[in-house]
Amino acid sequence: MSIQVLVFYLFGTILTLSALSVITVRNPVYAALFLVLAFFSSAAIWMLLEVEFLAITLVLVYVGAVMVLFLFVVMMLDVNLSRLREGFARYLPVGILVALVMAGELLLVIWTKGAEKLPLPPGNPEGFSNTTYLGERLYTEYLFPFEIAAVILLVAIVAAITLTHRGRSEGGRYQDPARQVQVTRDERVRIVSMPAVKDKENGA
Amino acid sequence: MDMQMLTTLLWTVAKILMIVVPLILTVAYYTYAERKVIGYMQSRMGPNRVGPWGLLQPFADVFKLLFKEIILPSNANKFLFYLAPVLSLAPAFAAWAVVPFDDWLVLADIDASLLYVLALTSMGVYGVIVAGWASNSKYAFIGALRSAAQIVSYEIAMGFALVGVIIVAGSINLREIVLAQQGGIFDWFWLPLLPLFMVYFISGVAETNRAPFDVAEGESEIVAGFHVEYAGAAFAVFFLAEYANMILISALTALLFAGGWLSPFENVPLLAETFIAQPHAAWFLGKMFFFMFFFLWFRATFPRYRYDQIMRLGWKVFIPITIVWLIVAAVFVLLGWVEQGA
Amino acid sequence: MLADYFPILVFLGISVALGAILVVVGSVLGPKRPGDDKMSPYECGFEAFEDARMKFDVRYYLVAILFIIFDLEIAFLFPWAVVLESIGWTGFWAMMVFLGILVVGFIYEWKKGALEW
Repeated sequence: MSIQVLVFYLFGTILTLSALSVITVRNPVYAALFLVLAFFSSAAIWMLLEVEFLAITLVLVYVGAVMVLFLFVVMMLDVNLSRLREGFARYLPVGILVALVMAGELLLVIWTKGAEKLPLPPGNPEGFSNTTYLGERLYTEYLFPFEIAAVILLVAIVAAITLTHRGRSEGGRYQDPARQVQVTRDERVRIVSMPAVKDKENGA
Repeated sequence: MDMQMLTTLLWTVAKILMIVVPLILTVAYYTYAERKVIGYMQSRMGPNRVGPWGLLQPFADVFKLLFKEIILPSNANKFLFYLAPVLSLAPAFAAWAVVPFDDWLVLADIDASLLYVLALTSMGVYGVIVAGWASNSKYAFIGALRSAAQIVSYEIAMGFALVGVIIVAGSINLREIVLAQQGGIFDWFWLPLLPLFMVYFISGVAETNRAPFDVAEGESEIVAGFHVEYAGAAFAVFFLAEYANMILISALTALLFAGGWLSPFENVPLLAETFIAQPHAAWFLGKMFFFMFFFLWFRATFPRYRYDQIMRLGWKVFIPITIVWLIVAAVFVLLGWVEQGA
Repeated sequence: MLADYFPILVFLGISVALGAILVVVGSVLGPKRPGDDKMSPYECGFEAFEDARMKFDVRYYLVAILFIIFDLEIAFLFPWAVVLESIGWTGFWAMMVFLGILVVGFIYEWKKGALEW
């Protein structure tokens, strides 16, 4: 067994186990952390396919950004576990149905395509750069989908703000740093010239 | 496993230890240097009791911390409480795998090494969030929130600044980025990318939660922030991670903007033939120490920022600057004013 | 290419192990004398009341969401920056349209006050 196969089985096992744990552990924080582990090990498996840019981007975007938001939400939103469990029995039939359909699809793919009909992609030639290859295609051949991505991200920005932003509470006092740094000495300090007072006259 | 694989593995482990052990020693003496430098800046002596000139102070600190009790607060989540320091240390160290010390001296010369460093530094935030949540303490929790929001905000400015570097270097490999800066001090990227250089370094200070951006652990407001409940060796690991991150940011600044191991006198007429014009790992380390000194200087000089000022600086000042300057850099390259990769 | 990543895998393992070993060594060497007051969460001189894991300002979520969007943008910018010279002005304008659309979003969030603290 080569190291590559060994690494594949190592991360494959971690991926499967952590994915299972995501849906079985009771504590939502643990579930989110297991999802992080799942993303991380799938990045390692992508790496075995020699798509280094995509693999590292998976870690950067999903582990470094998306899961941070997930953790924020599950840690701080005070998820009420007992209320979440209430609907469990009611939705169980639907859940089982979806699971069966998905398992059937997976089996169908393996049945018709089979492992031998889906050969490993050929190894990259020496000096091949995944990033360069991606760059040369993405901004020329796939220009339209690329710009669509920008529109989707714009929609996401607008949606996030309209859903969560409530503006500042009325009547609160806020500081404006731009005005603070523009303050000049004359606005704050007034030099008053006064005749010196002798101690005796003052009576002190 | 056959013999050859085993020797490869052992040789790799040996090489990694050759990076990790000096790194830990650097962290140890960085803490000593910090106390000495800030001491002298404030007309004090700094540590001077343990060993000559206090040189053994870091070791005294380490052993003291190792023999202290790790207090587990009541209601804390035990496993996550112990996991958090490990989560914050691992990325700070693993990023060093791709740092080139010289043209030939790099452990893993992967094609996308800059992206790898960015991905790993973005994982450092987990240690902070998990520590804050697992401690079950209000101070730790507020500190973790502040720190996480600050880290992610400055990561954007940092990422945009890196894009500028890639535009002029034409590569995301750290070694090639350094080689693209050949030609002496004025050919290094700090000059054409001056705004990005400043944004990157300041964001680096904010990313590591160092003064003047240390509201996450602002001792006058929230005591020590996310690690307020940590003691003993667990605290030491957080400390190690913070300083390893500072050294990493300094090393990256040296590589990306200050020519890495290249000599500043490369094309100076009289010196070009002498040894000081030759590239050497010592140049890289020297530049790294130079930037490391700034972290200490900042801490001694600047008063702490307010949290709203920090968020304003990250989002409203740095992000616009970086977006504008990366467009400028792209136009420079396309007009041929700055040659990509040379 | 994969051979280059092998040291990284080992390095990741060693970094995790280093942190774990330090914590374990510390908990073995250090004393264990728990006490109610010592283990109570830090407070300014009074008993801790209510759960420390409280709800907090929604602005933190907003920052996290905006961070994801900008992080994706950076991921798109990386390969573009690498090949900029070979894709030339066409590629440049492709990215300018992309950036332009997102800058509209950025201005929107600025004007809406989502960046105020």
